[in-house]
Amino acid sequence: MYSEKVMDHFNNPRNVGEIDDASGVGTVGNAKCGDIMRMYLDIDDDGIIQNCKFKTFGCGAAVATSSMATELVKGKTVQEALQVTNRAVMEALDGLPPVKVHCSLLAEEAIHAALWDYAQKKGIEIDGLEKPVNDISEKEEELEEEY
Amino acid sequence: MKYIYLDNAATTRVAPEVLTAMTPYFCEYYGNPSSIYSFAGKGRDAVEEARAAIAGMIGAKPEEIYFTGGGSESDNWALKATAEAYVNKGKHIITSAIEHHAILHTCEYLEKQGYEVTYVGVDENGMIRMDELEQAIRPDTVLISVMAANNEIGTIQPLKEIGELARKHGVFFHTDAVQAFTHIPLNVDEMNIDMLSASGHKIFGPKGIGFLYIRKGVKSGSFIHGGAQERKRRAGTHNVTGIVGIGKAAVLASEKMEERMAYESKLRDHLIDRVLAEIPYSRLNGDRTNRLPNNANFCFRFIEGESMLIKLDQKGICGSSGSACTSGSLDPSHVLLAIGLPHEIAHGSLRLSLSHETTMEDIDDTVDALKEIIEQLRSMSPLYEDFVKKQK
Repeated sequence: MYSEKVMDHFNNPRNVGEIDDASGVGTVGNAKCGDIMRMYLDIDDDGIIQNCKFKTFGCGAAVATSSMATELVKGKTVQEALQVTNRAVMEALDGLPPVKVHCSLLAEEAIHAALWDYAQKKGIEIDGLEKPVNDISEKEEELEEEY
Repeated sequence: MKYIYLDNAATTRVAPEVLTAMTPYFCEYYGNPSSIYSFAGKGRDAVEEARAAIAGMIGAKPEEIYFTGGGSESDNWALKATAEAYVNKGKHIITSAIEHHAILHTCEYLEKQGYEVTYVGVDENGMIRMDELEQAIRPDTVLISVMAANNEIGTIQPLKEIGELARKHGVFFHTDAVQAFTHIPLNVDEMNIDMLSASGHKIFGPKGIGFLYIRKGVKSGSFIHGGAQERKRRAGTHNVTGIVGIGKAAVLASEKMEERMAYESKLRDHLIDRVLAEIPYSRLNGDRTNRLPNNANFCFRFIEGESMLIKLDQKGICGSSGSACTSGSLDPSHVLLAIGLPHEIAHGSLRLSLSHETTMEDIDDTVDALKEIIEQLRSMSPLYEDFVKKQK
């Protein structure tokens, strides 16, 4: 079902973890649909992404796309990171099954959400970056209550 | 690599004795059982022998057993043909919210044809709400269809009580016994069952064969047109090898049912006890005791089912999940939602279904593997991260 690259990133995910005092953190997706991605960015004063970490709740493709997305943005400028599309993530993984394409979209959104958080914290605007829609903080609270 | 197969509710292997019984009917006794010449007699006899054996196991008469292409066909037949035959009485059917899709999708189809269907709810263990069921019965209700045991969470329904209720109100009672046949005792007279579906490949028999029991007196038109087979109700040349296979498998399974139930229950309980004790934030789905001897179904919080299945597979362990990702839709299992689990918990479900071939060692190896896998997946789960932070 999955390509070798997807399986490799699922089995050996790159950059799993958290960054303390990250420059930007973005969480997208929702547990209801079965996928949540959180991305942490460490961006230096020159706007270069020095470090990137992720945590993901989701299927094999969700883990692999998050892992690949961190690889693709590491060392890039903010503007370059913004150009990392879901298509780029998919291509880097040698493709995804059709039902899993939404996972790559989540990866793209996770990058955008983390960049948005960075821009908010810095009080700057990033050209071409729109406010991410996938805010799930409320839903997470619901989850706690329901259980 | 050693395989630990814990997906016996999905399908089973064909038992060697079953294959041996089937083999001569492929090349030697291949005659069409409907033919006149004596050469076809062997096949005819084998079909009738299997029919009589199966009938005996559920307290039915041989002429009340109709061979089909499997459990799904049996379910389709029971619902569609009964709905059609009794359309003058009414167009209302009652079923449960946790049925197999062979029932639920057939009900949806019938709704499009102008029938009305009531889906009765279940409690947190998956037991049908009897009061709700009784209230749902109307003068125009023709059929109640409730599964004998659930395929995902293993809960066994009170068939006798449902049957009594149906009888009291003059409504027919069909049960999908695909997971229950030869796994637990079933008797159509004692339980007031009018129709019963079962399948061969869940009981160490071949795939592509099943049967529908239809009580004498229940009207049902031809489900497949084109021949006089199966009392003109299900046309098509008999699947002789399949019928011999399901017959042999059923005989083997029912002969040792009690012994097997005790053995599987022991393994199942050990599995459940270990998982609940050793894996934090896990829960058992379905009734603790009133469940199929071979079924265990868990939810593990903060992780998703598909990634768990892939990691289990890499360790040679076969299981299944009710997560959306394993079904190709965005919704997790309708059964887990019906017992009241929120979506996010239902995504992290795992069903392990055992057989008489499963060993205690298999169970222990599986729990050991699960502990490692779940810890690994939680370490990369943002939900777990948030949970831990909130605990501090």
